[in-house]
Amino acid sequence: MKAETPRPAGSGFGEAIMIPVRLTMGMIDAPLRWVQRKLGLGGMAAFFLLPNMLIFGVFVLLPFFINFAYSMTGGTALFLDDRTFVGAGQYARLFDCSNYLDPNSCTEDTFWTAVGNTAWFVVLQVTLMILFSLVTALILNRELMARSFWRAVFFFPVLLSPVVVGLIWKWILQRQGLLNFALYGFGFQPYTWLNDRDWAFAATVGVSIWAHMGFYTLILLAGLQAIPKDLYEAAEMDGTRPARAFWRITLPLLMPNLLVVIVLVLIRAVQIFDEVYVLTGGGPGTGTLYLTQYIYETGFATQLRNPGLAAAASILMGVVLIVLTLIQLGLSRSSEKKGSRK
Amino acid sequence: MSRIAAFIFRRKGRNGWHWTDIVTWIWLVGGLLIMFGPAVWLVGSSFKSPAALAEFPPTILPYVTQKATVDGYDKPLDLYDVTLPDGNKAVLAEVRRIGVISQMVDPEKPGEIIKVNIAQRKPVRTMAFATANYTEPFIHFDFVRYLWNSVFVTVTATLITLVVNSMAAFALSKYEFRGRTFAMLLILATLMVPLSVIMVPLYSIVSALGLFNNLWGVILPTVATPTGVFILRQYMLTIPDELIDAARMDKASEWQIYWRIVLPLTAPALAVLAIFSVVWRWNDFLWPLIVLSRKELYTLQVGLSIYSGELNVQWHFILAMTVVTMIPVVLVFIFLQRFITTGIAGTGLK
Repeated sequence: MKAETPRPAGSGFGEAIMIPVRLTMGMIDAPLRWVQRKLGLGGMAAFFLLPNMLIFGVFVLLPFFINFAYSMTGGTALFLDDRTFVGAGQYARLFDCSNYLDPNSCTEDTFWTAVGNTAWFVVLQVTLMILFSLVTALILNRELMARSFWRAVFFFPVLLSPVVVGLIWKWILQRQGLLNFALYGFGFQPYTWLNDRDWAFAATVGVSIWAHMGFYTLILLAGLQAIPKDLYEAAEMDGTRPARAFWRITLPLLMPNLLVVIVLVLIRAVQIFDEVYVLTGGGPGTGTLYLTQYIYETGFATQLRNPGLAAAASILMGVVLIVLTLIQLGLSRSSEKKGSRK
Repeated sequence: MSRIAAFIFRRKGRNGWHWTDIVTWIWLVGGLLIMFGPAVWLVGSSFKSPAALAEFPPTILPYVTQKATVDGYDKPLDLYDVTLPDGNKAVLAEVRRIGVISQMVDPEKPGEIIKVNIAQRKPVRTMAFATANYTEPFIHFDFVRYLWNSVFVTVTATLITLVVNSMAAFALSKYEFRGRTFAMLLILATLMVPLSVIMVPLYSIVSALGLFNNLWGVILPTVATPTGVFILRQYMLTIPDELIDAARMDKASEWQIYWRIVLPLTAPALAVLAIFSVVWRWNDFLWPLIVLSRKELYTLQVGLSIYSGELNVQWHFILAMTVVTMIPVVLVFIFLQRFITTGIAGTGLK
């Protein structure tokens, strides 16, 4: 992005709105000049940085660090000074299993169910998400009429709120819903999809792909459009088959974008919560209970809430996420060096 | 016409259809149905009466069965198109149904009961939009409150985000000071700390500050966005330092430089951030769900999810309110989609 020269003043209405803002900003100026004289330029830098860093420190950094303290305390009290120190007790409880492959043999069986569900969800959702958004990006990269319209079609659900997404699909998948109606035309009997463990799980995968694939399609499409067209022309002249051109030109040149997208999808899939919470509420039973919901319910929602246990689980999830983010940062840095990304 | 057709059906193969052309069109048309279909279905359903919603198979457009008041009956009766045994057709009102036999009366001659096999009758239906789905939640429920809470949170959080992030971006792009790189890295590191990882301690901090069950408790933790600082800083780096030096010569204060020179020049990036922030805050769910437990403080998202989770779901209201919740985002999509797509393609932020 480049700075442009500011446009001349806008409409009269816009001007009118700006008057009180201008006055306030002008009034702030006098005391700030005094501050500037006292502190100098470096002081002003600190002044400009302060509000953001203060909010950031209180609401992000501080919780991040005291989370470790939380995970080492027990009891139901909310504030840290009322809680009892239990050392690694919460972690021990999370990992207390007689057989790690069977969630039912663990003290915290719901945690392991959530871990298992999340793992399956991540594997399936990430694979299908990459596949669908890659195919869509390839198709949108062809010579199409009204490409921006088609791009908008696939992008549309990205902006919808997760609650709206969840409710739309809950309505479609219910007994009198659109899916049963469509299948009824083929002679199938109505079915309550979300009461079936496997179908509910499939629904959470499908709905989350529906909601987010447009976003990743967009990133992949930007990558595809950055590939020089003359490469394909040269390949065609050499008599290269299209399939070979895809494996030898498209895929290698798209790889930096593709890797970034894979990690982004992974990071988001691990944290899946909102849509699923509205769609299935984690059910039937614990069929679609994922990690974030486990943390939320352990920390806040259940009668016997246990913030320490929730904190310990959230730290375990955080470790996974930090590893994934570091991979992403490394990948985007190395792809920037290659200069293949805008 | 043939020129237009040739343009629409532009193909890869020079002679006839290549298989990839067919896949492309199946994919695109299928995508159109799957992506837009559910939302269209939602809007269509939101205008149906509760009775029409319970029907299976459902109709695509909202229909209601016509009713008529007949002398001698208290309640309005459903009207049916009936084929009589003698082959004539008539419009009759159903009094009651016993097994496969329906007892009907002619609204003109209410005295005489006519028995009709239910296979011989079809309801008289007209299209009707149940607008009460939209108006009633605003009167009988707290949806005006929820709407107001959502608007308040979205607008306030976006304004604070713009001010706070642009100030930080200004400091990080236009001043040389010790620890600048560290501050930038610290902010970027936040990307690694999503809400789901810190929600337990964040909840205790917000409570300790007295912001539990307070809309400010929803707003404040979200405003120092790392992505916002990042895109604004990248943009401000392209503003030439000479401009600022010249202003300093003219005795402009640092605040004036920020406010009168740098901010107007950053307007395009601020616009992108504003759009993103509005969408983010409008759609926020998990954190408001944790912080707000009093009904009158719910945002639209929380209110909707709570009502839809009730045992006796009033779908006709839920669907209508879902549509209302969708409106701002759809407006953003229609008018500002261009900014968002270029924003994502350029920076990869969401």
